[in-house]
Amino acid sequence: MTETIKNRIKNIYNNYTIILIFIIMFILLSIFVPYFFTWRNMVGLALSVVTIGLIANTMMFALASGDFDLSVSSTVAFSGITTAVVINSTGSVSIGIITGLLAGVLVGVINGFSIAKLGLNALITTLATQMIFRGMAFILSNGRAVGISTAGFFKLGNSMILGIPTPIIIMVISFIIFGILLNNTVFGKNTLAIGGNTKAAELAGINVDLTKIIIFSAQGFMAGFAGVILASRMTSGQPNAAQGLELDVISACVLGGVSLNGGIATISGVVVGVLIMGMISNALNLLNVATFYQYVVRGSVLLIAIYLDILKQRSK
Amino acid sequence: MGYYLEFKNITKIFPGVKALDKISFGVNSGSIHGLVGENGAGKSTLLHTLSGALTPNQGEILIENQTMKFSNTKDALNAGIAVIYQELNLVPEMTVAENLMIGNYPNKKGFLDKKKLKEKAVEQIKMLMEDFNPKTKVKDLSIAQKQMIEIGKALMQDAKIIAFDEPTSSLSDREIKHLFEIIEKLKEDGRTIIYVSHRMEEIFKICDSCTVFRDGKHIETFRNMKEVTHDLIVKKMVGRELNDIYGYEERNKGAEIFDIENIRGKGVKKSINLTVHEGEIVGIFGLVGAGRTELFKLIYGLEKVEAGRIEVKGEEVSLKSPKESIRNRVCLLPEDRKDEGIIGIRSVSENINISSRRHHLIYNFFLNKQAEKETADKFINDLDIKTPSREQLAVNLSGGNQQKVILSRWLSEDIDVFLMDEPTRGIDVGTKYEIYKIMYNLAAEGKGILFVSSDLPEVMGVSDRVVVMRSGEIIGSLNREEFTEEKILSMALPVS
Repeated sequence: MTETIKNRIKNIYNNYTIILIFIIMFILLSIFVPYFFTWRNMVGLALSVVTIGLIANTMMFALASGDFDLSVSSTVAFSGITTAVVINSTGSVSIGIITGLLAGVLVGVINGFSIAKLGLNALITTLATQMIFRGMAFILSNGRAVGISTAGFFKLGNSMILGIPTPIIIMVISFIIFGILLNNTVFGKNTLAIGGNTKAAELAGINVDLTKIIIFSAQGFMAGFAGVILASRMTSGQPNAAQGLELDVISACVLGGVSLNGGIATISGVVVGVLIMGMISNALNLLNVATFYQYVVRGSVLLIAIYLDILKQRSK
Repeated sequence: MGYYLEFKNITKIFPGVKALDKISFGVNSGSIHGLVGENGAGKSTLLHTLSGALTPNQGEILIENQTMKFSNTKDALNAGIAVIYQELNLVPEMTVAENLMIGNYPNKKGFLDKKKLKEKAVEQIKMLMEDFNPKTKVKDLSIAQKQMIEIGKALMQDAKIIAFDEPTSSLSDREIKHLFEIIEKLKEDGRTIIYVSHRMEEIFKICDSCTVFRDGKHIETFRNMKEVTHDLIVKKMVGRELNDIYGYEERNKGAEIFDIENIRGKGVKKSINLTVHEGEIVGIFGLVGAGRTELFKLIYGLEKVEAGRIEVKGEEVSLKSPKESIRNRVCLLPEDRKDEGIIGIRSVSENINISSRRHHLIYNFFLNKQAEKETADKFINDLDIKTPSREQLAVNLSGGNQQKVILSRWLSEDIDVFLMDEPTRGIDVGTKYEIYKIMYNLAAEGKGILFVSSDLPEVMGVSDRVVVMRSGEIIGSLNREEFTEEKILSMALPVS
């Protein structure tokens, strides 16, 4: 009898460690950090992780399939600049947004095609596109912020739906959609299979190349989307936006239990990972901790997360 | 008296399964002791406790009557134990010499003593009766040669106890002979050898004594192999009588179900022509390097077909990728279960449903999880797959059960032609028999089976017809009535 209860607790511990840690952290911070547990702060926290959260969805898929994507930061900047430039030159917000999204997809397709069809290493390929498209962002913007003239565009990033900022709503919807894709579609299962054992997945009839191209293209789209929203919130396209974002997104995924070897990922983990990253920065800000120290804390948290994951793997 | 190596009441429990149940027996030095048993019987688990990779929940391991405590594999190595696994632990990009002395490089205050490295390596290679260059990178060696390196490693650390886990599954006859010569030498040196194998002929050939396992329990230890018969051991292993291991029964042959005409491509030099009928099991025999796996790769769509046509049930098909092959009702059971077959970190259920889930989607898009659970349960039951649950990670299953999972993957699909590459390699007698039965049942349902095997008795026992390959082409074929070992071997062996 005690054996089954012990096993149940062990099962919960193994599968929901990160959620438990999140809950504990949330409670501790609510108690010890003044102003943390207020509606305004919660909204601010959620808003602060929108860019990371949107892209974490597709980064989860990329990592689950066994690949890294370092280019997302540049895609955010590139699409933001593109959107700004197009809105200014055409006067149309919709055309601007569509172009911005397409800019993101362009990066994704180039990544996907190079990695899947040409067989190039994902880490190096996305490192290269990261550099290329950061360069493109600077070229298109002449190295300066591109202010957006059409105020209609600002609604996207600055409006509210039912009292909650629109970007947060969009982020939540994205988690739901990608969660369903991961858990309830063949595409999701195929992704996990490819990350678990690519050769076996191919022999079992999965079109590995197509799946990877879709994943990277989708990531390009989400990074583009995040770039559009960011540009809307900042009312301008910034060529140096989102520097280092890829590391934050990957950290959030790792915190959320996504395996860097591929084949293991959960949406609940990723959501919690994103929130934990946000909570840490948020709490440090509330405590007036200098930015430099925040880097140290965030890096240490990531290290602890990976170590806990190794311990968990060993116990299996 | 006293044994050199003794296991006393070794017990190892994993969640849901008792892998070892109070195992007790002893092994003398200067002898070769076999471990036999069905898959899941506990042989590999016992080796893992010996090598320090696993700690038993209960019991002790004694060497020269002293209890040993291994917290890790280094402890076992220091105690003079070396285990040589099927999956070799070599660094492919490093040289023979570097691998031989890994962890123990001769050095002068931290600086590598390359001269001594080479000398010691050459000495060891000579002792192994081999002649390769110590500078050769291990990745360029054959499996048999890699195995020799592993033995060399063990000898360089002066291992007193050397255990072999299924060493011959990838070796040719000549290589096996060489391996046995080396093992005999080790025995003469006074070392204690443990030999795990499913191949009964080998156990009888090389072992002085052996222990039979079943379901994690010690069944019997035979001290003198000369007093034991093959049937007696098999009976102890499976706990029941096995009349004819292959269980062949005649069945009717139907129309052509799979036809390969003038196929040419990578690894296949001359045009290949091959026909399989409904209800027919065709064995493909050949030595390592004959081109059998290359042929399968061509057929299945992994390599480009440069010429020729393939017909399934009379209709020409284009099998440009595994996905297209499956859509055209052709499937492959790959040679390497671990690297090409199962997805270890995913569950048994996911491994079974990976392809066939497309048949019962909800609104043509969403996974039908209920149907997938039922499919998994059905095959776990029908094929007697030993697993605590359908959610168990596939990597935790024994080799035979993993093979059953891969079979289930295809049985849950709509398949007419089965390509099986060494379907029973590394699997024990009892599970082999179960797999043969599955093959016969499929054939009786009118499917066509093409299977590659290096096990000549198996090929002769199971096939309706044998096709022999050599150097990338088909040399000839024989019907069952015409089977003799000499005829088949003479076609398979290279003409000198």
